[in-house]
Amino acid sequence: MDWTALSLSLELAVWTVVILLPVSVGTGRWLAYGRFRGKGMVEALVMLPLVLPPTVFGFYLLVSFGRTSPIGAFWQDMFGHQLVFSFEGLVAASVIFNLPFAIQPAQRGFEAIPLEVREAAATCGMSPFRSLWKVELPLAWPGVMTAMVLTFAHTLGEFGIVLMVGGSIPGETKTIAIAIYDRVQAFDDKSAGTMAAALVAISFLTITVTFWLSSRVGRRLT
Amino acid sequence: MTLVVDLKAEGPIPLDLSFRVAEGELLALVGHSGSGKTTVLRSIAGLWTPTDARVMAGGTVWLDTGQGVNLPPHRRHLGVVFQNYALFPHMSALQNVMAAMQTPDRREAGRLLELVHLDGLADRKPAKLSGGQQQRVAVARAMARRPLALLLDEPFSAVDRATRDQLHAEIIGLRAHLNMPVILVTHEMNEAQLLADRMVVIDKGCLLREGPTAEVMADPDALRAMGIREVAAMFSAVVVAQDEDGLTRLDAATGPIFLPGALGPPGTRLRVRVLAHEVILSRARPEGLSAQNILPATVVSLQQGDDPGVMVHLAIGGDEIVARITRRAASAMQLAPGDVVHVILKSMSVARDRIALAGQAGQVGQPLP
Repeated sequence: MDWTALSLSLELAVWTVVILLPVSVGTGRWLAYGRFRGKGMVEALVMLPLVLPPTVFGFYLLVSFGRTSPIGAFWQDMFGHQLVFSFEGLVAASVIFNLPFAIQPAQRGFEAIPLEVREAAATCGMSPFRSLWKVELPLAWPGVMTAMVLTFAHTLGEFGIVLMVGGSIPGETKTIAIAIYDRVQAFDDKSAGTMAAALVAISFLTITVTFWLSSRVGRRLT
Repeated sequence: MTLVVDLKAEGPIPLDLSFRVAEGELLALVGHSGSGKTTVLRSIAGLWTPTDARVMAGGTVWLDTGQGVNLPPHRRHLGVVFQNYALFPHMSALQNVMAAMQTPDRREAGRLLELVHLDGLADRKPAKLSGGQQQRVAVARAMARRPLALLLDEPFSAVDRATRDQLHAEIIGLRAHLNMPVILVTHEMNEAQLLADRMVVIDKGCLLREGPTAEVMADPDALRAMGIREVAAMFSAVVVAQDEDGLTRLDAATGPIFLPGALGPPGTRLRVRVLAHEVILSRARPEGLSAQNILPATVVSLQQGDDPGVMVHLAIGGDEIVARITRRAASAMQLAPGDVVHVILKSMSVARDRIALAGQAGQVGQPLP
C-alpha cells in the first residue's frame, strides 16, 4: 500500500473540489438561467473533456502548460519551477478535465428551480446574492452536491491525463491510480489489489454519503 | 401613495395603456388570456421592461425609460402574489413570510399569518398545505414588506370553486388592512365585480375601458371583448332569515328577495351579482309566476348596442340593475326613461358564486400600524 500516493490523490481531489465549487455554482447558474447566443457552444465546450480521449486531452494540456507556452513561461517566472510534472500543474489539469462533472449537475439543479420562485425572491426584496444564498442554493443543493462528489471520485480515478501532465514523481505527481499501474507493471499484484480495493471503498463511501444527503434534502421540502 | 402606470411597447407583446390606482383602492385588470394583462403586471414589478414606460409608486420612480430609470424588481417596494403562489418550498409558512422582511420579525410574521387565518400552520412546509392555504401564505408574504403596491396575478385560478368563494371573502375581509394600491389581474368578470372598486378592461394590450366597477360592468361596449353575457349589476343585501324550504330571505334596497341555500346567519351582509341577460321585465305586475322575486323599478336609460339586444338600466331603491332584452321586446313594451316596470328575478338564477360577503372591517385581526 502506497500511503504517499493515496494521500496525494486525496489532496488533489480536495483542491480540485475547493476550486471547482464556486465555478460549479457560478457557471451552472449562468448556463441554467442565461438566454444568449452561443449558449450551445459554451455547453458543448464544457462537455468536451468528457468525450476526448485522455491522452489527446493530456497532450494538449502538456503543450499549453509546457515551458515554451505563455502559461508555462509565466509560471516558471513567477514560481521558479515548471508547471508540468508538478503538483500545481496536476491541480490545474484536474480542474479543467473535471469541468463537465462540476458544471452539468449543478446546472440541472438550478434549472429545476421554477422561474416563478426566483421572481418571487426578487419581488420579496431579495438582492440577487441574497436570493442565491437563501433560495436558490438550498434548492439547487442536491445538484451542486452531486457535482462535487463526482468531481472528487473522478479525480481519484483519473489516469491518462495525470500520466501525461504529471508523469509519475513520488510525492509530487504519483497518484494512487498511477501507483496501481506501477505495481501491476512490477508484478506486485498484492499491493495493486490492496490499493484498488481501497479506491473502491472510498468511491463507494462517497457515493453513499451523497445519496444519503440528497435524500435528506428531498425530505426537507415536505 | 398612488401607483401611476404608463406603458407603451411594440411587439412581441404590444402594449398601450395608462392608468392610476389610489391607495387602498382595488383595481381589477381584466381581459382574455393573451390580452397582455399579466405583461402589465410584470412591467410594474420590473420582471419585464416595455420600450416606453413610466411606473411611479408613492412618489418613487420605479421605471422611466425616458430618464433611463429602471429599478430591478428587488428594489421596487412591492408585494406580488403569483398565480401558482411561488412559495419557497424549503421554508415553512412562517419562514416564507419572514423571507420578505428586511429585518425578519417572527412576531410580525406570526401576526400576518393570523390575519389570513393560518395560525397553527406556521411551521408547515408548502407541500403540506392545501392550495387555499398556500394562497394565504402568499398573500401574507406579499404584505410582509408593507409594500407601496400589491399585485395579485390571477390568485384564485388554481383552487376549486368552494375554496375560491372562501378566499374571495378572505380578501374582502382583508381590505381594511390593504392601505396600498392593489391590482388584481383576472379573466373572471364575476371575481372582478365581487372584489374590485374600479376596473380596467384591456384587449390586445390596449385599454378598452376604465371606470368604477358598477359602471364598467353595466356597459355593453366595454364588455364586448369579454362577452356580452358578462354584463351584470351588483347590489348589497342583508340576510334576514332562512326559510324551511331552503330559500334565504334577504333584505335589500330593492325590497325582500329570496335566494337559494344557506347564506349565513341573520345580519350577514352580502353582495349579490345579477347577470343582465337573466333579468325579465314586465309592464304589469305579473301574477301566478314561478319566479319568487318581483321588484318594482324605474327605467333610467336604454342603451342600444350593435346587436339585436338593448341594455335597460333600472333604478331599484338606491341600487341599479341592468336587464338585457331584445330590441323587439323593448319597442313592443314601448319602454322609455322614467317608466315604472317590474323586474323579475328567478331565485335560482343567482348562483352561489355570484354572492360574496361584504367587507366587514375590523373583524379580522388588528389593522396594520
